[in-house]
Amino acid sequence: MLRELVRSQGERLPTNRSPRAPLDRRSFLMCALASGTALGELAVPACASPSALSSQSGQQTQNDEQFVVEAKFYEKLPNKKIKCKLCPRECNVGDKERGYCGVRENRGGIYHSLVHSRVCAAHVDPIEKKPLFHYLPGTVAFSIATAGCNVNCKFCQNWDISQSRPEQIPADYAPPQRIAALARQFNCPTIAFTYSEPVVFSEFLMDTADAGHQAGVRSIVVSNGYIQQDALRQAYGKMDAVKIDLKSFSESYYAKVVTGQLKPVLDTLVTLRKMGKWTEIVYLVVPTLNDSDAEFRGLAQWVKANLGTDVPLHFTQFHPEYLLKNLPITPVPTLERAKAIADAEGLHFVYIGNVPGHPAQNTYCPQCRKMLVERVGFTASTLLIRKDGSCPFCRHLIPGIWHA
Amino acid sequence: MSALPSASRRDFLRQCLTGAVALGASRMPEAQQAALTAKSRVVVAHDPLLRGTGSTVDASRIQSLLDRAMLARFNRDRTVDTPLAAWRRLVRPGDRVGLKVNTLGGRGIASNLELVEAICERLQQAGIKTGDIVVWDRDSQEMERAGFKLSIGGDRVQCFGSDRVDYEDDLAAYGSVGSRLSKILTRYTNVLINIPVLKDHDGAGVTIALKNMYGVIHNPNKYHPNGCDPYVADLNMLPEIRTRMRLTICDATTAMYEGGPAFKPEHSWKCNGLLVSSDPVALDATGWRMIERKRAEKGLKTLEAEQRSPRYIVTAADREHRLGNCDPSCIEVVEINAEV
Ligand code: SF4
Repeated sequence: MLRELVRSQGERLPTNRSPRAPLDRRSFLMCALASGTALGELAVPACASPSALSSQSGQQTQNDEQFVVEAKFYEKLPNKKIKCKLCPRECNVGDKERGYCGVRENRGGIYHSLVHSRVCAAHVDPIEKKPLFHYLPGTVAFSIATAGCNVNCKFCQNWDISQSRPEQIPADYAPPQRIAALARQFNCPTIAFTYSEPVVFSEFLMDTADAGHQAGVRSIVVSNGYIQQDALRQAYGKMDAVKIDLKSFSESYYAKVVTGQLKPVLDTLVTLRKMGKWTEIVYLVVPTLNDSDAEFRGLAQWVKANLGTDVPLHFTQFHPEYLLKNLPITPVPTLERAKAIADAEGLHFVYIGNVPGHPAQNTYCPQCRKMLVERVGFTASTLLIRKDGSCPFCRHLIPGIWHA
Repeated sequence: MSALPSASRRDFLRQCLTGAVALGASRMPEAQQAALTAKSRVVVAHDPLLRGTGSTVDASRIQSLLDRAMLARFNRDRTVDTPLAAWRRLVRPGDRVGLKVNTLGGRGIASNLELVEAICERLQQAGIKTGDIVVWDRDSQEMERAGFKLSIGGDRVQCFGSDRVDYEDDLAAYGSVGSRLSKILTRYTNVLINIPVLKDHDGAGVTIALKNMYGVIHNPNKYHPNGCDPYVADLNMLPEIRTRMRLTICDATTAMYEGGPAFKPEHSWKCNGLLVSSDPVALDATGWRMIERKRAEKGLKTLEAEQRSPRYIVTAADREHRLGNCDPSCIEVVEINAEV
């Protein structure tokens, strides 16, 4: 289990399972909340197999309609077409068609989300696994996802849910109040929207964040940041902390490897900063594709100039997956080179991720250099930062939300 | 199969297509052989009385039109002198035959039921067991909405969507495409007969034979950018599709020249025809020209002028793909009309 947990690229689903077998996904969902209760009272989804098919038995189908709500961010066009305004892709979608993400459908000129309350993965994770290092360290987050994503990263570790249409994935009906209640039941101070791409389930995210706040549970999101500004303000405005996967610092990488664009993601980071949202950045270092000194330096200089020196920047290790199985694991010296460059540019909190036991997983005071948070795996084993957020040794204020 | 094709993988595929290794000429799909050698034959069959005096297609007339079209397609070979002989050129007893229909547009613009029944009839006469024929599309509900009656198990023609059996866990990948394939394709069939409809597509320009393969994969929504180019061509390169594909019988009983892929009655016409070819690229190129002619007749701009020319058809014929011919000089269009 630990081996799987530490391989967080984006954020990998916990996998004590064969990754894409429906039954195992289902088992996972149920195991995720291992105490035997949790989502147990939710409906058992369909799990068809050829043998079931031949006897015409065992055919249960999800009631797809219960997950359908009108989408929030779109424009109506002539001839029953619509233009989606949720992410920068701005899909023009004809009647009966879906956008690129596969979870939003035009029905007679009205655009719909097909994934409201359609939870295909749920798990209680350490918040460090997101990773958020400066936000409530040592706590756990009730982490959920629906199917779908608005990009198609060739290294995705959760492609079996992110690159599928919702009806292809076993899911449970879990409305916002239920999620909030489960988070409380499992002593999670936060709900995390993660694993796939929360941008595409914004309506569900917004309603769940509201339900969580009413129940005293905060919300965090793990996202690619590929979202339009208006939707960003409305949807992520409800978040208490945000982790953005900045997948590279080059447009060509975004075009070829991510199937997206860099500029809107940078805009997202700047807006989040203006909104005062606690934000951390993860940069997955993929050997030969986004690991040059120039790219690391350009990234660090941009962060410093636009977001300041206090935003945590995590360089994480790539593992071959999905459509990039031909590349090796990122060598640790490459990650150390990235960190050294960002450190030299003046960033205060540069971490190395997915490398268990590496000293650059700990938090050090930028003023006195003493270690303030020690992390072992995904656990903050030592937290010395004072209640007022300052260093106990030199009283320097350490940016972050350290205590509930 | 799970990684993007590396240079060596592409080379391997290219070698396959030039007949150098692995897929010997005898197993090479006919369209690809044609692309390398002779002209591709596309039969365009019409019957102005296909619907009699009513609006629905007459079952016996479409059977007869299909027979004539099949004969015209295969009679290059002198031993093929009856429709049944044509079918026997295509399939052998023991084959498990998938009929990939298109039902996305609902009843108004889905693969015609009478046509599909006529094909099933001839397949059985050619020696295919009833239970070894599967009529399928991606979604059972869409099939039902288009008028197909689901049939699962037993000794009868099978009819259901990929949703009933799911998709393979492993990715099939070529070029820009990485997808899970329907288990209907991979586990229920060794022969594929493609039965698309002839229609306009707002993003891709047209959707006919090649694009109908989007119904075979779990993630078609990922492949609509850039007018579906090169995704359609890359998808059709997947060995699981290429090695099964034997014939396209395009239903042009009702066709659409604008407003697709959903059904827009105001942009449809009773074309009362069929297009039959073993070369899906040639068939698409021919169907595209038919749609352009209808658009001109209706005073509409060309697809090129609307910046949605189906470039993927050209890509499918290029040196990397060689899925068939799209150059008109390499296509032999055989027009036949039903006896009135
Ligand atoms: S959210 Fe989905 S439908 Fe909307 S623009 Fe993005 S990819 Fe397209």
